[in-house]
This record gives sequence, structure tokens and C-alpha cells, in this order.
Amino acid sequence: MAEWVLGRYNYWIYVALMMIGFYAIVAKPNLIKKIIGVNIFQTAVFLFYISIGKVSGGTAPIVWEEATRYDNPIPHVLILTAIVVSVSTTAVAFALIIRIKERFGTIEEDQIRDLGRRGEEVES
Amino acid sequence: MDITSSTPLLATGVSLGAALLIVLFRRHPNIREGWTILAALTKFALVASMAPAILRGDAIVCHLVTIAPGLSLAFRVDALGEAFALTASFLWIVTSFYSIGYVRAEKEHAQTRYFACFAVALSATLGAAFSANMLTTFVFYEILTLCTFPLVGHKQTTEALQGARKYLAYLLGTSLTFLMAAVVLTYYATGTLDFSPSGVFGSDVSGTLVSVAFLLYVLGVTKTAMMPLHGWLPAAMVAPTPVSALLHAVAVVKTGVFVMVRVVVNLFGVDLLSRSGLGTALVWYASFTIILASIIALRQDNLKRRLAYSTVSQLSYIVLGAALLTPAGITGSVLHIAIHAFGKITLFFGAGAIYVATHKTRVSELDGIGRRMPFTMVAFSLAALSMIGVPPFAGLISKWYLVRGAVEAGALPVLLVLGTSTLLNAGYFLPIVYRAFFVAPSGEEAESWRIREAPVPMVAALCVTAIGVMALFFAPSIFLELARQVARTVTGGIG
Amino acid sequence: MNTPDITPLPLLMVVIPLVSALMTPILARIHRSLAFLTVQAATITSFVLACILLDRVTSGSGKVVYWLGNWEPPYGIEYSVDALNGLVLVLVAFVAAVVSVYAPKSVAAEIEASKHPFFYAIYLLLFTGLMGIVVTGDIFNLYVFVEISSLSGYSLIAMGRRREALTASYNYLILGTIGATFILLGIGHLYMMTGTLNMADLARLLPPLYHSRVILTAFALFTVGLSIKLALFPLHVWMPNAYTYAPSAVSPLLAATGTKVGAYVLIRVMFTVFHPNFDVQVIPATRILLVLAAVAILMGSLLAIAQSNIKRMLAYSSVGQIGYIVLGAALVNRTGMTGALLHIVNHALMKGALFLAAGAIVYKTGIETVEGLKGLGRKMPLTMAAFTVASLSMIGIPLTVGFVSKWYLALGALEAGMWYLVIVILVSSGLNAIYFWRVIDWIYFSPPNERLEALPAGDAPWSMMGPTLVMAALCVVLGVQAQWPVGIAEQAAALLVGGGR
Repeated sequence: MAEWVLGRYNYWIYVALMMIGFYAIVAKPNLIKKIIGVNIFQTAVFLFYISIGKVSGGTAPIVWEEATRYDNPIPHVLILTAIVVSVSTTAVAFALIIRIKERFGTIEEDQIRDLGRRGEEVES
Repeated sequence: MDITSSTPLLATGVSLGAALLIVLFRRHPNIREGWTILAALTKFALVASMAPAILRGDAIVCHLVTIAPGLSLAFRVDALGEAFALTASFLWIVTSFYSIGYVRAEKEHAQTRYFACFAVALSATLGAAFSANMLTTFVFYEILTLCTFPLVGHKQTTEALQGARKYLAYLLGTSLTFLMAAVVLTYYATGTLDFSPSGVFGSDVSGTLVSVAFLLYVLGVTKTAMMPLHGWLPAAMVAPTPVSALLHAVAVVKTGVFVMVRVVVNLFGVDLLSRSGLGTALVWYASFTIILASIIALRQDNLKRRLAYSTVSQLSYIVLGAALLTPAGITGSVLHIAIHAFGKITLFFGAGAIYVATHKTRVSELDGIGRRMPFTMVAFSLAALSMIGVPPFAGLISKWYLVRGAVEAGALPVLLVLGTSTLLNAGYFLPIVYRAFFVAPSGEEAESWRIREAPVPMVAALCVTAIGVMALFFAPSIFLELARQVARTVTGGIG
Repeated sequence: MNTPDITPLPLLMVVIPLVSALMTPILARIHRSLAFLTVQAATITSFVLACILLDRVTSGSGKVVYWLGNWEPPYGIEYSVDALNGLVLVLVAFVAAVVSVYAPKSVAAEIEASKHPFFYAIYLLLFTGLMGIVVTGDIFNLYVFVEISSLSGYSLIAMGRRREALTASYNYLILGTIGATFILLGIGHLYMMTGTLNMADLARLLPPLYHSRVILTAFALFTVGLSIKLALFPLHVWMPNAYTYAPSAVSPLLAATGTKVGAYVLIRVMFTVFHPNFDVQVIPATRILLVLAAVAILMGSLLAIAQSNIKRMLAYSSVGQIGYIVLGAALVNRTGMTGALLHIVNHALMKGALFLAAGAIVYKTGIETVEGLKGLGRKMPLTMAAFTVASLSMIGIPLTVGFVSKWYLALGALEAGMWYLVIVILVSSGLNAIYFWRVIDWIYFSPPNERLEALPAGDAPWSMMGPTLVMAALCVVLGVQAQWPVGIAEQAAALLVGGGR
């Protein structure tokens, strides 16, 4: 049992990280903290990818005389792309947050919601 | 034999084209009305030109477009469609004259919209009459609903719009749900939507499915105004009177019963319905509406509402006739489409003429009106007598066939229904006639014997239809011939 | 294996908009109007090429491919086009082209001039992403394109006039990223078990593994991730705000293509990457989706009735319409699938026309509320005619596209023996009739208020009216003459769920 659990430690870590990130997204009212949550969420998936590339007893995927087994490099390459995507997302999100701060004067979600509600009353 | 010809398409399209011209000539009322009259005459001529071939027993077909595999728009004119189209297109001519008199006398607003929608409505009616399959029928059924909405709500007062919305909610709501479901179910069960003289439902279709489909059709074709889904018809009486006359005595409701007859004889087929007992169920349902609507009509003081409930009751005669599933019953049903149309349009014309001349809308205000408007009221009375079924008026003929149909079907209680309803008809029509001629007018009008009729086009129109009511008694030949032919085809040669 | 039909056309679908996107801000420095001219040229060229491609697919071999770098699959990235994505390609390119003609006036009115080059560049990037999602045959590449389209979508929405556009965009970003990450995780699980990323190869390798828990997890992750992207109820929460506050030129594009592409991917993953039997027999995925779709159809329509903002009403109506698409697909029979694919096209046309008309109204009058439309029929006759036609089509009046897709969906439900779904479809028609007819009624039969009375009569400029009218006209043309879309949809449906019923 213990072996079954410990042998899959990489999965436990990624699941735990994912949940932490998800919690931050859902529970934190601060828009920056939400983005940090998104980042943790995504990083968990990156770790998952990287860990599945590992072949037991494998070495770095470089043609080398003593190497008999290589780690699978493809997940690592894939995840480079995903990291780029993640960085772009974060950049767009920060840009948005800056603009939200300018227009609403706050980056707390509950305050923004209140402002929005008041705005609607003014309109009607 | 099927003759391919584009005449049905032309006959349907001519008023659509006219609608366009009416809108283009909106600045010149006389030319605009000219288009209406011209289209009406052309339309009738085109419809009439098809009659000889139909009477020979041929059918005229015209394929329009295939929307998708299994879904096609096509026309196929047979005796049933021709009978209905003849009635509708002839009465449109009369109504056009009447309408022109009415809207000018009343100085109605948005007259262009009025005439354009009227023309489109006639296209839709003929389209439904000529359709070769259920999809085409469904398409024109919906178009008719949509293009009559502006007519019903024409006055654009809050009351008119509410009436129109109720009208639309009933007709569109039920057709988009029940009728659409029925059509899909039909296609699913049979793989076709084409009408056929013996029905399309084969013996391999399960009884439950047939019953459900039939129920959906009965609920979906709300234009038949069968109770309890009749509420839109009295609500639609907010419309200007010519609209009520043509659309609610002829085009809209008649399209409803026409579709119902189509469904009964050409989709389900006489055999299947009599075997499954669904025909009998429909007979009882129709009887229920006939009696109840007549009783409600007795209690209406508003003249148009009384006529509306009378329509509800009379429409069910037509459904009843078809549901008897005997040659005489079906003949009576088809005849009644035409005969009731002539009678009811005269009555509505009368109501409209009274309104234009005196602005009276209640039965209780009509004391002595016969002296003031003799032509109108004589015509009105003739039509009323025809509705009751008194000789020598056409109403007797269709009633006679319905009675024979009931006897053939061995449904003797139906005789009782017809008898009771005749008494009730007399009960709500005769008091109007009595008041008009035999009760002395009250107040200032008592002194005046001067004739002050509605404008000439209106009176002329209603006299024409009243003469029609009598003519159909003495010479019902063409309608009777067509009706017999329908009965012959769908019941397999007997009768 | 017979030799595949190799052509660079699928690659061009992505390269043309991508290169144009990069050139747009540079060209805009030479002359301002070069920005939107580039967009129009790129989208119209793509549309023409997409048509050629679809014709080649449907009349020829049934499938054309392009191997990037000439690496044979499953080693390299493969772009492959069959009847299914050929149809979606044509649709996306068509909508993008039509909206690109519409955009300049509307954008000039709503967005500050200094941002125009970037708006058009991002518009093309969004288009690139959507086209890429559709052409690619590689599942990781698909993820990349999903993110390209999403990121450009967030930026476009944020350009809306009101400040709520920013928060709408932010919320969409959070949810969209969660969805995309789920998809990424699903891809990881599939790769872990099969070692391939090529969709065709996955379809070949997966069946023996169907009962593996990892594959089940991967499937679940895909379904949830994609449901967010295509705004399937109850994961639709990002959509109403996003559509409402986006610039007038962006809402029609997103509504007509964004969610449709999501639906395409869902269908692709469920029926090509996985086998239909998997969805039905191994796990009750289609059952679950049917329930969700039915709830979406009803809730979307009900919520739409309650809305006072035009664009928000249209957005909730989209929630219901997406339910139709998913419902048709989840019936797993040919008729239902044909209906779903038809509805992807048909709903894009109807909703596109409605959003374009809504944009024209904002451009001319600034009206955003449904009540504000009262009496507008006289002021903007053409716009309102287009709006009316598209509304009637949404209701499902025969002779419009809405009727055709509803017909196939209802028939498909009957063939699947699920008559109660017919009730759902038809009840929703009734609900649609309520909120669309209410609008039509107000447009034509209510007197205008004073503010509206004071405005001069007249439609929006022709560059806006043209696209709106074209979309509305297609709602009728393809509703009367539906042979062509039905033929392609049936061909695609046969590919997806096999020949039998």
C-alpha cells in the first residue's frame, strides 16, 4: 500500500499543487492572487508532463556511448510551448489588471462587483 | 392523371407580387387599390381556369423546390384544394371592394400595410390549399399566421395589440410545438410527408404512435378553433371588420379546418381512422365544441363576438363531417367549407356595415336598424337563415349531407347534436333579425325613416355574397361536384 | 495505406492570417486604412481557399493532408481536412470575412484610433487560432491554437467601450485558462498511455486501452475543458458578460465562430479520437451530455427571456443554441449528427446576423436595451428587417435555416428513441418565440420614445448594412435551398458515427 502511494509521488504532488492553485483562483478576491493561483495550477500540469517523460534508468536524451536508455524528451519540448503560453496568459492578465485598476480604482473582486452594481443603479 | 403546370404557382404568387406593387405605389391610393382588385381578379381567373381539369378527375402538380432530402415544397391541386381555393379567391374579390369602402370610410391609418398583408395572406391561403405535402402546408400555415398578425393588431391600440398577441401566442405557440412535432413524427413513422388518397400511415406503424400523432395534429392545428383552444378567435375580433370577415370567416379558420380535413383524409386515411376508432373520438370532440360554442354565442351581446362563437361552432361541423369518415359526411364537410364561408362573410360584412354607418357594435343596440339599413339587414338575415339551415338557402345542403353522413356512419347521437345545434343557431341569430325589423327604434332615431346605408362598395359586396348564399342552394353544382369527387377518391370509389 | 492527397492548402489556412497579422501594425504605419484592408484581404483570401479546399474534399478523396516539414505522421505535425472540418473552415472564414467588412466603421466609432492597428492584428490572430484549431490533426498543436485564439479573444473583449469589458475579459481569461489547462492535462494523459499526439494515430491506438482509468480521466478532462470553451451550461458563466461588453465588431465573430469551433473540437475528440462506442458503452458520456444539453436548451431560453440588454439576451440565447448542437451530437446517430453540424453553420449565420444588427443599432443610436428598440422599425428599416428575419429563424419558422436544423435534431431524437427530447426542442422553440417575438412586436408596433423620435431616420452605413443583410439573407437562402449544407453535413456525419442509424 505504502509503496503504491509513494511510487506515485509525482502524481500526488501535481494533484496537490493543482488543488492549491484552484483554491486560490476560487477563494481569493484579489485579482493578482487569482493569477498566482492560475500559475500554480498550470505549473502543476507542467510538472506532471515533465515527470511522465522520465524513463527509469534513462539518461538525458543525448547520443552518448554509455547510454542504453534515454528519457523521453518530447514531453519536455511540449511543455516549453505550454510555458510560453502560460507566460503570455499571465502577461495579458497583468495588462488587464492594470487597466482594471485604472478604471475601477481597485483590484479586489468584491469591491469591483459593488461598483458595478452601483453603476447599474445610476444608469437605470 | 397528373398534369404539370405552373398555374398553381402563379395563382399563389400573384397576390404576393401584388403586395410588392401595393408597397411601391403607397403614395397613390387609387393605383394601389387598383393592384389589389387586379390581383384578386387574376387570382380568381387562374384558380377557375384549373377547375375543368380538376372536374375531369385530373390533378395539377407543380414542384417548387427541394429544401433537403425528404423536405420539398410542391403543389398538387386536387378537388379538395380547388374547392377551397375557389371559395377563398372569389371571396377575396368581394372583400377587396368591401375593404376599400371600409378603410376609406373609417380613414384607417397604415392602409398600405393593410392591403399588402391582406394580399400576402391570400397567397398563404392558396399555398396551403394547393400544397402537395404536409411540409408545404406547414410552411404556408405559419406564413398565414405571421402575415395576419399586423392585420389583427391593425389599430395598434393597447387592446388591439393584446388581442393580436393572444392570437399569435395561440397560433404560433401550438403550431411550432404540437404541429411541428406531429409533422416530424409523421415523417419518422412513414418516411414521407406527401398526401395520398388513402393516407400515408401503413399498417406497420404502431397504434400508440398513430394516436399520439393524431392528437398532436388536433392540438397543433389551432386554426380550427376547437375548444378549448379557441380563445384566439374571439380575441382576434379586435381587427377591422373586413379582416375579421375574410380572415376569420374564410382564410385563417378555413385554412385550419382545411388542413384538418387534409390530415384526416390524406394523411391518416379513412380506413386507418375508422379502424382505430380515432375518427369517432374526433366526432365527439367536434360535437362538444359545436354545442358549447353555440351556447356561449347565445350569451354574447357584442355582435362580432357572437359571430365569432358561431364560427367556432360551425367550424366544428366541418371537422365533424370529415371525422364521420363516410362519403356523404366528407361531401358535407367540403361543401360546408364553401357554404359557411359565403354565409359568414355576409354576416361579418353586415356587422362591419352597421359599424361604419352607426358605430354600433352591440346586439342590444340594433333595435329597428332594418329600417335604416334595409339592404344590409336583408342580406344579413338571409345569411343568418342559411346558417340555421332554412331552405332555400345553401346552409341546408351541407347540413343535409352531414345528416346523411351521420346516418351512413350509424352515429345516431350525432343527429341529436346537429338538431340541438340548429336550434341553438336559431336561438342566437333570430333575435338579431327580430330586433332589426320588428322592434321599434328608440330615441331620436325613432322619427327618422331615412335610409342611411354604409358606403356603396360595402353594401354591394354584401349583397353579392348574400346572393351567393342563395345561388349555392339552387346551383351548388361545382362545389358539390368537387366535394363528391373528394369523397369518391378518399373512400375508394363508393358514393 | 493508399497515398494521401497532400496539398499545402491546409497550411495556408493558418499561414495567411498569421503572416498578415504580423504585417498589419507595420502596414498601418504607411497608411491608416491599410490595417483593415489587410484584414479584409487575408480573410477573403482564406475564405476562397477554404471553399476550394472543401470542394476538393467533398468531391475527391474525402481527405486532404499536409505534413509540416514533410515529417510523416505520427512523427510530425499533420494538418488534415475532411468534410467535417472543411465545412467548419468555410464557415469560420466566411464569418471572419463578412465581419471584417463590417468592422472598420464600427471600430472607428468604438475604439480609439491609436489602437486600431493592434485591434486588427489581434483580430487576425484570433482568426489564425480558430483556423488552426480546425485544420490541425495533432492534438497538442490543437491546444496551442486554442490558446492563441483564447488570448486574442481576451484582448479583443477588453477593448470594449465600458469598463465592465475589462472584468468580463478577466473572468473569461481565468475560466478559459482553467479549461485550456484541463485540455492540456487530458493530452498529457493520452500521451502517457499511447505515446502519440496524432489524432488519427490516437484513434488507432486507443481502443484496447478503453477501460484504462487513465484514458477515462483524460476523456473527462477533455470534456470539461471543452465544455468551458464552448460555454455548455452550467459552464457558460463567462459568456454573457464577454459577449455583452465586447466591441460590436467582436461579438458577432466570437458568437458565430468561437463557440462553434469549441463544439467542433468536442465532436472531433468524442467521435474521431475516441470511437462513438466508447462514448456510449464504456462510459455514459453521451447520456450525461444529453442531460446537460437539455438543461442548457431550456435554461438558456428561460434566462434570455429575463434579459433587458440586447446583446446579453442574444448571449443567453446562444447558451441554449449550443445545447442544440451538443444534443444533436450526443444522440450518436446520423440524423442527429447532421442536425448538430447543420446547426453549427445555421446558428452561426443567425446569431451573426443578430449581433451584427445589434452593432448597427449601437452605431446609429447607442441603444443597448431591448426596450429601447420600441418603434425602431421605422427609423432603421433595413437593420430591423435583418434582425426580424434572423429572429424568425431562431424561432424556427419554416423556410429559414433554424427550421432545417430543428427538423434534423427532432428527427434524430426520434430515431434515437428519445421522444422526450423532441419535447425539449419544441418547448424551447416556444420560449424562443416569446423573447424574439416580443422584440419584433416592439420594433414594429410600439411608438418610439421621444429620444428616438428626435434621431434622424436611416440605417447604418452600407459597409455595415451589407454584411448584416448578407448574413440575414443566407438565413433564408440556406433555409429554402438546404441541399448543399445538408449534403456536406451528412457526409461528415457518416464519417463520425458510421453509416448506420
